[in-house]
Amino acid sequence: MTGQNIVIVGVGGQGVVLASNLLAEAALASGCDVKKTDTLGMAQRGGSVVSHLRYGRSVASPLIPEGGADILIAFEKLEAARWAHFIKPDGTVIVNDLALPPLSVTLGADTYPSDTEIAAMIRRYTPGLNVVNGTATAEGLGNAKMVNTVLLGYAARFIDIDSRLLLSTIEAALPVKLRKANVSAFEAGQKLSPLTV
Amino acid sequence: MERLLLSGNEAIALGAAHAGLRVAAAYPGTPSTEILEAIARFPDVYTEWSSNEAVAVEVALGASYTGVRALASMKHVGLNVAADAFMAAATTGVRGGLVIVSADDPGIHSSQNEQDTRNYARLGKVPCLEPSDSQEAYDFSRAAFQLSEDFDTPVLLRPTTRVCHSKSVVTTAEGLTLDRKPEFRHEPGKLVMLPGAARGRVPKINERLSKLTGYAETSSLNQVIEGSPKLGIITSGISYQYAREVFPGASFLKLGLTYPLPPNLVREFARRVDTLLVIEELDGFIELHLKALGITVTGKEIFPRSGEFSPDVIREAAAKAGFIEGSSTKCLPIGGLAKRPPLLCPGCPHSGVFFTLSSLGHRSALPGKNPRPPKLTICGDIGCYTLGAFAPLSALDTCGCMGAGISQAAGMAKAGLDEKPIAVIGDSTFMHSGINGLLNAVYNQARICVLILDNGTTAMTGHQGHPGSGVSSAGQPAARVVIEDLVRGAGVKNPAVVDAFDLKAVRTALRQAMTSSELEVVIVRGDCPTLTRKRGTPMQHDIHKCDDCGACLLIGCSAIKRNADGDITIDSGVCVGEYCTLCEQVCPKGAISSGIEVTP
Repeated sequence: MTGQNIVIVGVGGQGVVLASNLLAEAALASGCDVKKTDTLGMAQRGGSVVSHLRYGRSVASPLIPEGGADILIAFEKLEAARWAHFIKPDGTVIVNDLALPPLSVTLGADTYPSDTEIAAMIRRYTPGLNVVNGTATAEGLGNAKMVNTVLLGYAARFIDIDSRLLLSTIEAALPVKLRKANVSAFEAGQKLSPLTV
Repeated sequence: MERLLLSGNEAIALGAAHAGLRVAAAYPGTPSTEILEAIARFPDVYTEWSSNEAVAVEVALGASYTGVRALASMKHVGLNVAADAFMAAATTGVRGGLVIVSADDPGIHSSQNEQDTRNYARLGKVPCLEPSDSQEAYDFSRAAFQLSEDFDTPVLLRPTTRVCHSKSVVTTAEGLTLDRKPEFRHEPGKLVMLPGAARGRVPKINERLSKLTGYAETSSLNQVIEGSPKLGIITSGISYQYAREVFPGASFLKLGLTYPLPPNLVREFARRVDTLLVIEELDGFIELHLKALGITVTGKEIFPRSGEFSPDVIREAAAKAGFIEGSSTKCLPIGGLAKRPPLLCPGCPHSGVFFTLSSLGHRSALPGKNPRPPKLTICGDIGCYTLGAFAPLSALDTCGCMGAGISQAAGMAKAGLDEKPIAVIGDSTFMHSGINGLLNAVYNQARICVLILDNGTTAMTGHQGHPGSGVSSAGQPAARVVIEDLVRGAGVKNPAVVDAFDLKAVRTALRQAMTSSELEVVIVRGDCPTLTRKRGTPMQHDIHKCDDCGACLLIGCSAIKRNADGDITIDSGVCVGEYCTLCEQVCPKGAISSGIEVTP
């Protein structure tokens, strides 16, 4: 393992920070040096959230340089575009197929880009775009909140931490009654195929 | 020993606990809040949310006078509030180790200004420690108590947002067990700062500073990391981590103790390298000292004097000045994307009062209608409710510092403003320093309206208790100051108390308060939904009754959206239903209801 830089983005309240904490614990358990940092808006909800995670033999800065991320996981489409400049030219972008229009869009002051526009924006930085049905899959399993576990399951194929270690770290961090459902969510994520955009 | 993944704040807490900490006091403030939260998990340490930062330092200093180890933590602007208490501690010195943590916020992630705490270290002639990751946050926090006792001084620990809120690996050491019985020893010459005694302390403080300077020369808090002699970099805090990434081959003098500076160590380092850079966030604090020593150095003429650093910021500045090869431009962010500012939460008790202020004051117009000139002058304050300044509410005109709103409104009234100014303040901020402004306004008979938005907690920083909340720092029941009683005690005749979710009552109380000829206080009370986590049956929106007027959107509730077809919908995943009902009350067509029947 050589280590990776992973950026996770979304909207406050979606579970971005929890997802990156779980990945960080898995990286620690695999014996790596780990640094991670979250940049949050002022309030607890509704703002743009970005989390930087780095692991490897030795890590200096907790911030990933622009153009320095191996993987970008976006819980929301507009946020994927907002943070796309962090991805490496050969990096992988995983986008949850979910639009949460900001209030400025709802009030008609701003517009929300179309799916093809967002795809084109991201492909300016890397061809490695994967749009996945994360929220729909989690809803299908009975709880939309498990979207982060579904996305981590899908991302596992790109992350160079043993996916069994990843899953056991997620399991250990959850209350007992949520474990079974989240294991299914992780496995459903592992089996997902990207949508065509 | 254990290998843990900790945030800088958690590491400071653990380091302090392992140093035998007995008493910790704080007022919550981003990015420092989690320090006390983490300490509160240690049952052997007394913790409290103090009503403000000056009080927190005074509590910790009092504890230190009994010989035990104590800590006060706050954010950078909190040290302004505590400045008087801090200087008092710097003058008397300590008995048990006293550590004052002041967390800076370069880049203003969640603050009202940007300031460099290190300047207070120089003002108070006390040592300043700057950790660069969680391991150092742990180590320096431990070391700070010893330093404090060895040199009879409070120690300033200065982390920054990026250290506080990033996680990295910490290897812990054996915790100390200090068997100290709290005991006060009478020594007026040290602790009673009447002029005669205070004069006696001054030479001792200067002597302390020169001893500390000697200590800094050989302290392991300062480290030389050997590299190429071509480029030497003097740096501190998180800037060290960024600089190490941008200049992997350089020689580093990494200062953990940035005040006082060790002149011989820096001179000797400067002599051994061809080119010398100083890389530090915010002020050219180290740079100024180096230049005063006559050392030739490049710093703030190429690196920014404000904002947060990152490897990218340092790389770009160094490239521009020719120290490294040019940077690439292909990583620029996409421009023009819709911004996503933070919002009041769905079910927030502040939404209704801001909506009412906004509609009474013409602050927002329905989609498609022209806005009118705004009315009402509304002085804001620091807390969740500062978000009332964002569109569509747009209901705040000032926001300066904790507790300022009431006094600003009083100042406007005394200046002769025709209309009656309104001050809006939260319950925690009111306890922090708003009460001072109210006492003053009552005494001087300022004709203002004070709206105290009481959601029963310090919501912005994550639900910490305060004297009006009835909850202690450890989450246990505590004595509760009732705001209306306190306000009456301050001399306000008839404070009104209204339900935050009853828009009619809020509007009536506001109109009454705004037209009376006296100072009025309206307490708008409603629970914080993210604290209570109560979830009702989500509101239903009937598209057949809806004429798309957009009135419901003006509440600024993030649960109300427009779906892909352009129809207004309510997100059942976040709506709190009957615990709020603001949108139901606002809708002129009765299209929103808490009932489950929807016209087919």
